Amino acid sequence: MIVAAAAFYVFAAILIASAAMVVSARNPVHAVLFLILAFFNAAALFVLAGAEFLAMTLVIVYVGAVAVLFLFVVMMLDINFARMREGFQRYAPVGGAVGFVLIVELAGVLGTWNFAPAAMNLRMAPVNEHAHNTAQLGALIYTDYVFLFQSAGLILLVAMIGAIVLTLRDREHSPHASRRQNVGQQVARRKEETLVMVDVASGGKTMEFFKKLEPVTEESGHGHDDSAHGHSHGGGH
Amino acid sequence: MAVGLEHYLAVSAILLVLGIFGIFMNRKNVIVILMSVELILLAVNINFVAFSATLGDLVGQVFAMFILTVAAAEAAIGLAIVVIYFRNRGSIEVEDVNLMKG
Repeated sequence: MIVAAAAFYVFAAILIASAAMVVSARNPVHAVLFLILAFFNAAALFVLAGAEFLAMTLVIVYVGAVAVLFLFVVMMLDINFARMREGFQRYAPVGGAVGFVLIVELAGVLGTWNFAPAAMNLRMAPVNEHAHNTAQLGALIYTDYVFLFQSAGLILLVAMIGAIVLTLRDREHSPHASRRQNVGQQVARRKEETLVMVDVASGGKTMEFFKKLEPVTEESGHGHDDSAHGHSHGGGH
Repeated sequence: MAVGLEHYLAVSAILLVLGIFGIFMNRKNVIVILMSVELILLAVNINFVAFSATLGDLVGQVFAMFILTVAAAEAAIGLAIVVIYFRNRGSIEVEDVNLMKG
């Protein structure tokens, strides 16, 4: 018990110190690395509180995905780090004042607060001491909270689509323009523009005939799609 | 739980204040502001887990997991907005974000 208490204080101290470094680090890359350290220590606190599954989720989601995402963005953007710190002195008084007021208020709440007598009777899902934390959470999420579980999946889907749509670059006019499918153009194609009936002469004159035919398909073609079609047509024979 | 609920709540309160302090201090850097928001959400999660462990009620951990989901989605969208903003303006200073003012 005393070891667990000592571990709690060590993890809590590292958590708070690394959180302070996140907000005050000069270099954003260092801030992200301290954020990773803070999340590791928070996961350790979760383990001490008996929430193993949530601790592992925190490590996987935050350290494995979100922090790496932050790291990628910080390194991808060419930011002038020196200019970032310019307003630090200017904003320190107001930030310190707000933080001081907030911590005094929270300390006041923490000093005078206690549980309602009926709190233990209002529990929605009491913990079973003999079952594993992960199994209990699964039994809860997939039955009573399945709607919230599905909504969480929907939120992630919307976030994924949103991130892709926001960062998708329109490269229509660049030299490496991607070949997009133009459905309207494809549907609007008529038989007369694309299909040519030919009487193939016998006796090895086929290739010359298609060479003669090439300008006709180029003329009637619409962009990439038709010219690609013409080439594949010619190459196929 | 090895230590009392008050210790967890104190850690969470300090973390929340640090996050809000970070939002005020880093007015030039949107990425650090996003990281401060992550710290605030982590403080909320610690509160949920601490109350869940003290009361012996698993619902707190279920909700902490959904907060985790929303925080991850928020980080992804926020960073996407930062990337397109940097592409358009060449800086990520919050004080420059007045394009919509007309």
